[in-house]
Amino acid sequence: MTPATPLGATGRATLGMLAAVGRVALFAARAVSHILRPPFYPREIALALLNIGWLSLPVVGLTAVFTGAALALQIYSGGARFNAEAVVPQIVAIGMVRELGPVLVGLMIAARVTSSIAAEIATMKVTEQIDALVTLSTNPMKYLVVPRVLAALAVVPALVAVGDVIGIFGGWAVATGSLNFNPAAYLKNTVDFLEPLDVISSLVKGCAFGGIAATMGCYFGMNSGRGAQGVGRATKSSVEAAAILILAANFLLTGAFFSL
Amino acid sequence: MISLAGVTKSFGDNHVLQGIDLEIARGSSMVIIGGSGSGKSVLLKCILGLVWPDAGTIMLDGQNVTTQDRDAFLARFGMLFQGGALFDSLPVWQNVAFRLLRGSLKRPAEEARAIALEKLRRVGLMPEVADRFPAELSGGMQKRVGLARAIAAEPEIIFFDEPTTGLDPIMAGVINDLIREIVTEMGATAMTITHDMTSVRAIADNVAMLHAGRIRWTGPVDQLDTSGDPYVTQFITGSPHGPIAAVR
Ligand SMILES: Nc1ncnc2c1ncn2[C@@H]1O[C@H](COP(=O)(O)OP(=O)(O)OP(=O)(O)O)[C@@H](O)[C@H]1O
Ligand SMILES: [Mg+2]
Repeated sequence: MTPATPLGATGRATLGMLAAVGRVALFAARAVSHILRPPFYPREIALALLNIGWLSLPVVGLTAVFTGAALALQIYSGGARFNAEAVVPQIVAIGMVRELGPVLVGLMIAARVTSSIAAEIATMKVTEQIDALVTLSTNPMKYLVVPRVLAALAVVPALVAVGDVIGIFGGWAVATGSLNFNPAAYLKNTVDFLEPLDVISSLVKGCAFGGIAATMGCYFGMNSGRGAQGVGRATKSSVEAAAILILAANFLLTGAFFSL
Repeated sequence: MISLAGVTKSFGDNHVLQGIDLEIARGSSMVIIGGSGSGKSVLLKCILGLVWPDAGTIMLDGQNVTTQDRDAFLARFGMLFQGGALFDSLPVWQNVAFRLLRGSLKRPAEEARAIALEKLRRVGLMPEVADRFPAELSGGMQKRVGLARAIAAEPEIIFFDEPTTGLDPIMAGVINDLIREIVTEMGATAMTITHDMTSVRAIADNVAMLHAGRIRWTGPVDQLDTSGDPYVTQFITGSPHGPIAAVR
């Protein structure tokens, strides 16, 4: 393999991605234009809320608790290098709420929700169920896409909030259990230290990541190729795109909130 | 009345439809025959706007279908897809009553269910099937559920893509009678794709044969045997020898 090959491949992939970003943006704009216009499908929205929100709680909780716990250990041992072990509650709180809570919840939602939306819609596409919807006078954008995007926009911030709290609790459990922190003082330090903007940024990120995750699942599902291979490819691409866009959006939002 | 003029459709360099001219009179039953892969399903999808033709015009009652209000247009149609295309997240009766549970034809759930059960009965399915999910049914049962769904809202124009494929001969007979009944009693216009010559004779007023991207022959069903067209003759006798290649 010549050295140029990976470069060329990277270049092509980047160009391809930019074109895709344009198409995705158009798709998202279409979805938004359908959100406000009837008919609405409340049953589909309720199902999406259940699937994306409620059923994601175990995954979100487990992800957050282990991350918070590990974070406490890391900050403790890192802080010990310059006698700053006491900052554990503050850094865990900031780390979880501003950064790790939203990002990890976002990524878990990309893994769990984006993939399942993409696979479901792509399967509907290859088995002509989307065509059938159209012949039954039902707009697939309204019936399939809007409920999922709306539900994700509404419920992922709540998941992030839950993740933040559980993550802080994970740090608290480790700190009080094995690092000899005082339980009440730890919590007081956490609450005193967090500012409203930290929490707001966390929820805004959750909303953005939820929107990205659901939109990617729907986009790649609706544009799936034919056959089982098409479904597989749609699913893979949807998760890749959602994860990368979530991380990129996280960077931009962090910049917007905290470096201006 | 549906009329097609010069309709073409290609997928890459696969030129599936190469200029289709065809007329289907209101209240008549047109059967499309033609080799596997000749573009019959694509033709139906072009009329419905599920696939966009590259060129040509499709008119419904003298109006170009692309300029009509899409919702009003689709509300007149019912379609049975070749693969059934049932929604696997919904139980059978909700599939059948899909149109009756939402949108402009929405009615109370009990009423919609009663209609669904009646349509299921007409396609030879027991009421017990109503609460099962599509994945729990055999292929032939799924096909019949798809058929029940296509006729549930009593559309004026119904497309059937291979309604009897995968059915036993008795069930196929039931479905042939049903389609005939829908046309003669309810005055619907039907367009049916089938490979089953018994169905052709039972269902059709007119037959059109699609070959090489064009309508090779069209005429009343009683002239099918005396068409004098070697393609049609080979097709209806199922002979491997003739102008149509056996490997495609
Ligand atoms: N969405 C699509 N993308 C690419 N090619 C397609 C698509 N749909 C159909 N084709 C091609 O168009 C041709 C005609 O397909 P079509 O499904 O209309 O055949 P058919 O006459 O219905 O055959 P059969 O009797 O086997 O159902 C085939 O070569 C098929 O591969
Ligand atoms: Mg077909």
